[in-house]
Amino acid sequence: MTSHAVPAGAHADAGHEEFDEHAWTSLGLDHMKLAFWTFLGSDCFFFGSLIGTYMSYRGQSLVGPYPRDVFSVEVTSISTFVLLMSSLTMALAVLFAKTNRRSGTIGMLLATAALGASFVGFQMFEFSHFYHEGLTLQGNLFGSSFYVLTGFHGTHVAIGVLWLLIQTLFYGKRWIRGDEGNAVEVAGLYWHFVDIVWIVIFTFVYLMEYVE
Amino acid sequence: MSTAATHVATHAHVEHEEETGLWSWITTVDHKRIGKLYLISSLLFFALGGLEALMIRMQLFRPENNFISAQFYNEMFTMHATTMVFLAIMPLSAAFFNFLIPLQIGARDVAFPRMNALSFWLFLFGGLFINSSFLFHAAPDGGWFGYANLTGSKYSPGHSIDFWMLGLAILGNSSMMAGFNFITTILNLRAPGMTLFRMPIFTWMSFVVQFLVVMSFPMITVGLILLIFDRNYGTNFYFPPNGGDPLLWQHLFWLFGHPEVYILILPAMGIVSEVLPVFARKPLFGAPFVIFSGIMIGFVGFGVWSHHMFTVGLGPVADSAFATTTMLIAVPTAVKIFNWIFTMWGGKISFKTPNLFAITFVFLFTIGGLSGVMHASPPIDLQQQDSYFIVAHFHYVLVGGALMGLFSGIYFYWPKMFGRMLNERLGQISWALFFIGINVTFFPMHFLGAMGMIRRSWQYPAGAGLDMYNQMATVGAFFIFFAVLVSFINFARGLMGHGELAGDDPWDAATLEWSIPSPPPHYNFAKLPTVHSDRPFWDEKHEGGPAVSQAKIAGPGPHHVAMPPSSYWPILVAVFQGLVFVAFIPGSGSGAFNYDAFLKQVMIQGPIALGMLFCILAWVREDDTPR
Repeated sequence: MTSHAVPAGAHADAGHEEFDEHAWTSLGLDHMKLAFWTFLGSDCFFFGSLIGTYMSYRGQSLVGPYPRDVFSVEVTSISTFVLLMSSLTMALAVLFAKTNRRSGTIGMLLATAALGASFVGFQMFEFSHFYHEGLTLQGNLFGSSFYVLTGFHGTHVAIGVLWLLIQTLFYGKRWIRGDEGNAVEVAGLYWHFVDIVWIVIFTFVYLMEYVE
Repeated sequence: MSTAATHVATHAHVEHEEETGLWSWITTVDHKRIGKLYLISSLLFFALGGLEALMIRMQLFRPENNFISAQFYNEMFTMHATTMVFLAIMPLSAAFFNFLIPLQIGARDVAFPRMNALSFWLFLFGGLFINSSFLFHAAPDGGWFGYANLTGSKYSPGHSIDFWMLGLAILGNSSMMAGFNFITTILNLRAPGMTLFRMPIFTWMSFVVQFLVVMSFPMITVGLILLIFDRNYGTNFYFPPNGGDPLLWQHLFWLFGHPEVYILILPAMGIVSEVLPVFARKPLFGAPFVIFSGIMIGFVGFGVWSHHMFTVGLGPVADSAFATTTMLIAVPTAVKIFNWIFTMWGGKISFKTPNLFAITFVFLFTIGGLSGVMHASPPIDLQQQDSYFIVAHFHYVLVGGALMGLFSGIYFYWPKMFGRMLNERLGQISWALFFIGINVTFFPMHFLGAMGMIRRSWQYPAGAGLDMYNQMATVGAFFIFFAVLVSFINFARGLMGHGELAGDDPWDAATLEWSIPSPPPHYNFAKLPTVHSDRPFWDEKHEGGPAVSQAKIAGPGPHHVAMPPSSYWPILVAVFQGLVFVAFIPGSGSGAFNYDAFLKQVMIQGPIALGMLFCILAWVREDDTPR
């Protein structure tokens, strides 16, 4: 979705400075960015509900395997590190896009997509590993709530990777209408949000198991 | 929508020729046309939901009646409620959001016109999808709040619940997208000088509603996702034998469900706050209090959900907390009622149809509010839960409240929407039938509830003393039927071009939408007004204030007003997105994971999802520069 849907045309009435309706918004913020913040606020409630579900079912499984039986906090820490680093490359991509350093932007977008894809790869490895350890979607409450929560997060990351790849294409071909830096920044907002959600999930789902 | 160049004489309106025909409506991105599409389709769904209510009332006319079967009765009350909440009241409010918000804040369209069209098509497909279940003899029958584990595959085999849960997921998507769109529109597209506190009250209440929508719908989405997983892939979220807790559904549903109550009522409150001052010839009494009360209702509305669950036994601490917040939320609501009363107090009231409906809103909503605050008290609620007393309460709030407010809005804004006045006499007849019908139908239900009649009973025993009140309610329901019929005849006459021309400002109103022609040109404002007060048009007409109307704004008009071009991508994206959900149906309902069925589902959904992705990319590539 492109950002500039502001109906254009007439100037404001006489007695006021002429202003360009394309660029003008009441808050001075870009439409797309503002709308995307409201979406992220909304998505907080989505993940909040999923995490709440996981937490309320924590320790309620009637049969195993239990979290400590399958978790490998070392592997997940590495994948967490990979995802965190992807936020760094994303931030650089936004910086380069805003300062119109095109090859840097493309490089950083691709690097972010690659790091995101390897996070998804880690997760697929983790899921298949857990499955062979006996943790299934249907077997117990832990399996149900774990796979659905982390699966939806992984889906968010995968959508983000797809978005970044398409954006790289659009950016390279100069297909983005309106402010290119802005378009990259909106993708960045999404990416950092998904990253932050993972920090919460990593803390509540994985690290908490090692606190007691 | 017209893309033709338009020209303007000095301060006449810009000439314009809008495209007509079916294709222009399918591809429209004009907020006014989308508003009209919402209006017509939600009124048709409303008629359907009304007929379902009549089936219920005819079944209950006599004790031990066999007019319809118990199964059909379950389907009727489920679909009646689902239709009225999601397919009638909400989209009827959305009709006003779409039509009015850009006009009231002095904008030419919403922030994302194509996404606005997508919201509408998703709503329409979602509604048709849920109702298509009748064709497959699989109409939802689990009640509108679909309590787990009744909705699980064990107790609801077959596809009836699948239609319901997937349909609601589609409708939620539609509402959330509209929410992002309107929040951005209201914050970002206000005309110069239109500060937040100069916005009309309807826009304010809609603003609060959009926040409620985008925050509450994700929670029911999660509830529905867990249900889809339970029914399709055999997870245990609501399956007690494996440790699942049906209460999880209740929490997720009412975390959405109670804000939803305010999503239904706040737009009507906004409309009434527009109508009453116009017909009392006074400004709204204490407008900032009305605004802040609306905001407070929005906040506290998220903290009262467990009052739907007092009988669950959450413990005295939780019950006390939720009793307190529930009583607290009555305060801002009551503040508004006093504001409306003092708005009328000492005014020169004219009892035109819109005002009759608006005053009825205040009167009947107060009754519903009073019975509502009764079951804020857990001990009383334990007696009233699931009885007809509750049915009486929420029908006073939703029919006497929300629906009367929205009908007031239809009669009030129809001239602006279609350029012609509705018939005043038919409107008053409809109002009188409504007023009688609502009270004769729903007031006796208080007594039925107090006498112990259980909600959703298919039959009641003879000799239990319930006959007379039930018969009254059924007779009253037919009054409502005729009230709706008379109004529909009125609307149909209006659509066919009957009625006198309305002119720009038939009611001598105060806000910007009345300062432009009726119906407005597709660009709304040839020259954007600069706003200096919260009643800009009134000030221009009666107080010698600065000019806001097109004819009076100094300077030449534009030669051409560029507007975003129409697009067929929104409806295509909606079709593909709808099909992704539909493709869940064949493999659903087994309550166990079946690898072959899952593979088949993915094989169907994959290409559809690719098709959707293609459409989204085409959408992004499409040149939507206003022209």
